[in-house]
Amino acid sequence: MKYADEFRDPVKAKAVLAAIERAVAETGATPQEPLRVMEICGGHTHAIFRYGLDKLTPAAIEFVHGPGCPVCVLPMTRVDECLEIAERPEVIFTTFGDAMRVPGTRGSLMQAKARGADIRMVYSPLDALELARRIPEREVVFFGLGFETTMPSTALTVQQAAREGRTNFSLFCNHILVPPPIRALLDDPDMRLDGFVGPGHVSMVIGTAPYDFIARDYGKPLVVAGFEPLDLLQSVLMVVRQIAEGRAEVENQYARVVPSGGNPAALAAVEAVFEPRDAFEWRGLGEIDKSGVRMREAYAAFDAEAKFGVGYGAARRNSRDADLPELAGCRCGEVVKGMVKPWACPKFGTACTPETPLGALMVSSEGACAAYHLYAGVRARAVDAESERAVS
Amino acid sequence: MSLRLADERYALGRKSPSVTLAHGGGGKAMRDLIRDVFVAAFDNPGMGELEDQARLIMPPDLADGRLAFTTDGFVVDPLFFPGGDIGTLAVNGTVNDLAVGGARPLWLSCAMVIEEGVEIDTLHRIAASMRRAADAAGVAIVTGDTKVVGRGSADKVFVTTSGVGAIPAGVDLAASHVRPGDVAIVNGYLGDHGAAILNARGDMALESPVESDCAPLGELMAAVLAAAPATRCARDCTRGGLASALNEIAGASGCGIDLEETALPLRPEVRGFCEILGLDPLYLANEGTLVLFVPPEQADAALAAMRRLPQGREARLVGRAVGEHPKTVVMQTLFGGGRIVDMLLGEQLPRIC
Repeated sequence: MKYADEFRDPVKAKAVLAAIERAVAETGATPQEPLRVMEICGGHTHAIFRYGLDKLTPAAIEFVHGPGCPVCVLPMTRVDECLEIAERPEVIFTTFGDAMRVPGTRGSLMQAKARGADIRMVYSPLDALELARRIPEREVVFFGLGFETTMPSTALTVQQAAREGRTNFSLFCNHILVPPPIRALLDDPDMRLDGFVGPGHVSMVIGTAPYDFIARDYGKPLVVAGFEPLDLLQSVLMVVRQIAEGRAEVENQYARVVPSGGNPAALAAVEAVFEPRDAFEWRGLGEIDKSGVRMREAYAAFDAEAKFGVGYGAARRNSRDADLPELAGCRCGEVVKGMVKPWACPKFGTACTPETPLGALMVSSEGACAAYHLYAGVRARAVDAESERAVS
Repeated sequence: MSLRLADERYALGRKSPSVTLAHGGGGKAMRDLIRDVFVAAFDNPGMGELEDQARLIMPPDLADGRLAFTTDGFVVDPLFFPGGDIGTLAVNGTVNDLAVGGARPLWLSCAMVIEEGVEIDTLHRIAASMRRAADAAGVAIVTGDTKVVGRGSADKVFVTTSGVGAIPAGVDLAASHVRPGDVAIVNGYLGDHGAAILNARGDMALESPVESDCAPLGELMAAVLAAAPATRCARDCTRGGLASALNEIAGASGCGIDLEETALPLRPEVRGFCEILGLDPLYLANEGTLVLFVPPEQADAALAAMRRLPQGREARLVGRAVGEHPKTVVMQTLFGGGRIVDMLLGEQLPRIC
């Protein structure tokens, strides 16, 4: 596979791993006092496990899995609101595949579909708009989910629907932003991180400037990284080198895809359609200021929250996840913050499994818990569970 | 008699091009449908006089063997896809369930649940490809049933086939027989069927030439057992793919299984397809792919025998059973790291980004 296999070359990997080993030694980090590097993006978490990078890198580096899986940080209350919309008889509810299994208090979209709701999996918001054109007598709702990566395609779809004057298409907007939760994590007194591997696809849209505060105000290095194993290893090397040399900068390893200024056309579409919400709730992290977006007044006709009277826009907004008894005992929040490993949670692998997820981190293959369950699995759990529980 | 023939010709001329509930009513319409579509296509001596059961005579060379008996339902969407259709699947799926047990597949049944409104022509196409697949696999479809249900009560056509085969005396394959040191061999490319079906649904609008690997494996299994009589077990890697088959074998034998990512036969198109959609080819369905475990001293003989046949041309060694990490499948990634390959949970869903 051209343009992918070049970044999976085991021989080159050995050289990078040796360089990482040397750089880690310079920092003085040890397996007992490791460097804690957070990969923000769920795609990176998935790649680390898929290629076993956590086992190849020195024990003096610990990967902390960040909140960058949009499916995983979706609160139960928002899933409930999805169901509320999807169960209306006139609605065809369209969604990306991996949101289908996220549990709400009344079950997941997949369960609602089995009960008879018309819920369809699409691969692009344009597929949803096409459905609205083909079936004008039904209300087609697209579940807009994801970070800055998926926002431009949603924005352009809404603009297209507006140009066509469609009256049976709307967006249930749950788009969220990467920088605000990073700031919230850095402000958390429990947090101890030494550096970041920054998201590649998000940065392709927003560029690297939005991360400057991490280096400037908090003195932590961040390296924007690609998704192939060599990309990740090189990025880790760049982070460790910064630490060894006492630098804290924003660097771009993924320059073949990420322009430092981002994508101006994509940003313009996003700016035209969306505006920040005062706050948005994240599963496990709670409300974070200015961390989500809603639709601007000019596009209110395409806003499912207004059309169906649900969500942040509605007076009868549901309680917050924090108030839900179903989540008692879960440690999703601490896992999302990287404070504990998934298997430190008493429900991991017992009450909470990929088949019956309680928390969303178990739902998507990009979630830290699902990745641990899938790739590190039973063995790792048996070996480490007791010691982890003892220290945490 | 001549009057009856004329009557039939008249009926033929007025025949509805689609199946209606009348075709399931047990009367003349149903009898005509069965006779014109299924009996005409499947015609073979085993069907006999169209009594309520087929009456079968065991081939003499298998007289002291054991019977193997299996059943499977087929509900694929779309009905027709590159490399096959629901008919070829229904024959090969059941044939292969017999073959991987070391049985020579002999006879199949075919029960159809048909949704009202399906074109008769569609049934003709399915029946014709079932006949072709049966001939290729060396089996006869000797009995069957047809039911028609109202619109929405089924998705076009569901097919259930049961199969009977005979296991020659002395052949005893079972996952529990696998021992540390045995090598794992697959006969061909992984994931072609799953990728072809997903692509044929058209949601992705990807231009990919991947065809289903749907094929009978009886001849291949017979060749393996002749060349490598100590073969421990074989599994066809259908739903859940190679990963699920290996996990079942690991569970039943108590062995660990080590898999080499660099050895896995994957078409570049299938790899690319999986990259784009975030799918894992280890979990994609196959319909003509099996994995077998052979003691190391017979591995070369098994590989050579497989490679002489079209279904085994890409046969290769992909891993081995080990004493470590019991009941767990571990893949050495091409990167040198190890990762656990677990059972597939639920359905693979494409990732968002």
